Amino acid sequence: MLAPRSLSSVAQGAFRRSQNVQALRQYASASPTAAFAGQKGSNGKYTVTLIPGDGIGPEISQSVKDIYTAAGVPIQWEEVDVTPVLKGGKTVIPDPAIHSVRKNTVALKGPLATPIGKGHVSLNLTLRRTFNLFANVRPCVSIKGYKTPYDDVDTVLIRENTEGEYSGIEHEVVDGVVQSIKLITWDASERVARYAFHYAQTQGRKRVTAVHKANIMKMSDGMFLSACREVAKEFPDIKYDEDLLDRVCLQVVQNPRPYSDRVMVMPNLYGDILSDMCAGLIGGLGLTPSGNIGRDASIFEAVHGSAPDIAGKGLANPTALLLSSLMMLRHMDLNDHAAKIEKATLATIAEGKTITGDLGGKSSTKEYTSAIISKL
Amino acid sequence: MIRNALAAATRPALANARTATTLSAGFPKVAQRLPTKYGGVYTVTLIPGDGIGQEITDSVKEIFEYVNAPIEWEQYNVSGVSSAGEDLFKQALESLRRNRVGLKGILFTPISQSGHISWNVAMRQQLDIYASVVLCKSLPGFPTRHNNVDFAIIRENTEGEYSGLEHQSYPGVVESLKVSTRAKAERISRFAFDFALKNNRKNVTCVHKANIMKLGDGLFLNTFRSVAEEYKSQGITANDMIVDNTSMQLVARPGQFDVMVMPNLYGAIVSNIGAALVGGPGIVPGCNIGRDYALFEPGCRHVAQDIMGTNKANPAAMILSATMMLRHLGLDNIANNIASSTFNVINAGKVRTADMGGSATTSEFTSEVIKNLQ
Repeated sequence: MLAPRSLSSVAQGAFRRSQNVQALRQYASASPTAAFAGQKGSNGKYTVTLIPGDGIGPEISQSVKDIYTAAGVPIQWEEVDVTPVLKGGKTVIPDPAIHSVRKNTVALKGPLATPIGKGHVSLNLTLRRTFNLFANVRPCVSIKGYKTPYDDVDTVLIRENTEGEYSGIEHEVVDGVVQSIKLITWDASERVARYAFHYAQTQGRKRVTAVHKANIMKMSDGMFLSACREVAKEFPDIKYDEDLLDRVCLQVVQNPRPYSDRVMVMPNLYGDILSDMCAGLIGGLGLTPSGNIGRDASIFEAVHGSAPDIAGKGLANPTALLLSSLMMLRHMDLNDHAAKIEKATLATIAEGKTITGDLGGKSSTKEYTSAIISKL
Repeated sequence: MIRNALAAATRPALANARTATTLSAGFPKVAQRLPTKYGGVYTVTLIPGDGIGQEITDSVKEIFEYVNAPIEWEQYNVSGVSSAGEDLFKQALESLRRNRVGLKGILFTPISQSGHISWNVAMRQQLDIYASVVLCKSLPGFPTRHNNVDFAIIRENTEGEYSGLEHQSYPGVVESLKVSTRAKAERISRFAFDFALKNNRKNVTCVHKANIMKLGDGLFLNTFRSVAEEYKSQGITANDMIVDNTSMQLVARPGQFDVMVMPNLYGAIVSNIGAALVGGPGIVPGCNIGRDYALFEPGCRHVAQDIMGTNKANPAAMILSATMMLRHLGLDNIANNIASSTFNVINAGKVRTADMGGSATTSEFTSEVIKNLQ
């Protein structure tokens, strides 16, 4: 009665896998850590693609540009429009935008409004596929000056971004019975694990924790864990451990402090849920940066919506996009500039005099921007 | 005869805010046969489980003995640590089939692929105890980062991501099937609305990820919506929320939730977040209810092997789960006595276990509960 079929198939799977690890390693081990390799142009500046986005996007992008000019960051922006165009009967991102991102390998992106129910594939998904954006990096740090029930949050979460529960493979077997397939591959797992260790190393975190549910999904999450374990061997100076999804949810919400020494890495769905949960701890998506690391390019973005209700009124809070751009600077190894702007931004919020409406202030986007610039 | 399973247990101090409530009409009645009862004494299957299970069920047994509860235990010390326990596990399952009512700790599940499947899940699937009910409510006398938390989590317990169907279609490529069916979505949605109706709750929120899993979670959401129509005239409102947003809202503004219904995996996530909001897995009771069987276990399913055998575990979740079981058997007086004593001990704040910031041991907490009994 104890489902002998699943028992034996699990055992078989384990056997098959152990036989194949050798063969797998050959084509999988060369996966990139996606380090930035761009060169400065003749004017001594890096070129970065800027996708201002919809709604409040143009305003908050302008704010970032102003701050960068004032801070003397060696970046010149290449603005592109990603409004979908019709090509061969399908809506796609315009070619100039794709070429720009591919050439510059780094982009900063404002919020995009995905038209609902018009048969569009979401633009974010299209960008993710076009540039193989395999890892989503979501740091969450408590912001001094914006009070939430939690004041000691400092988490970093890296989410596998291309497969898992979001494979999009689903079918209705008979009426009223649907199978959705969670797809886990060794390659993608290894790739994201390697980036997690690389990130931990460069950002001075001492530990990588793989978050999983392998007690239930023994083969799929089990393979994710095996991939992490393999990669861990290449990084002897970084500690590696594993924790159940349930425990992580419980413990982060009870007390996030112990998670400040590590990077968490996990499959797609868990990462989606946990990254938003961590954002909730520090006050929502308006304060959390996000980076999508890919093989061909990396795109840093604000994950909040395009807020059409306040668009054009000069009230929007540019913090999330600004913090994302700082992740970008660190990705490009421009750490000093990042630190300088970060300090000015956090000081402005902590001071609480010139902050935007969503943080409980009364200032406009422009006033907030000038306040940051004056603190540089 | 399934009665008053939950609510009164968790809100004795606020009796006037919400009267003692009942789940009875929401549950399909046990039609064929009542729980095993000889000479006025019920036989109940007891599975202490791994980790702290032995300690916290001992605490329940001690209290039951003191109040002379008409319960005879049929105890099975099943352990999931090795697969060797499988025979005993089967016996325990048969005992549950006979007695129809059980109290259970959590069984350990190995992570390795060669290990056995989760017996906790196997039990829920084979007995078809499809609805997991977990109540998260701020406790009087025990402030946490959030106050005014009061919501119920109704979780589908038998399908979804926990189907156990996985295969390796090619070396390095694994597919794991999440199975969603209309029949199971409908019965859990119905259960949630009935629960809301019987417990005087106003709103039911469906938690899903239908923007990505358009067919699977889409089926769940659409079924929920059509069931919601039938409860409109009763004044119960319905809304839905994407699971990532839900977890963000939970840690920022938990007061907005009332009853939540969701597929299996999201339930694991939400119940852990919920437990963390009110004070941890040591105080959140739960139960699994099906058409024929009821199995009571702590709402937050942790084995807690790290503090096993140290006499440090908080038995409150297990004690409260046991009082839910007593109500289910119609033994309300004993249940109320034990539950209010437990809440009084927590409220007084003098004897608390380590997870609640105290230094009392499991046995000290238990004796304090016994001392406070009427």
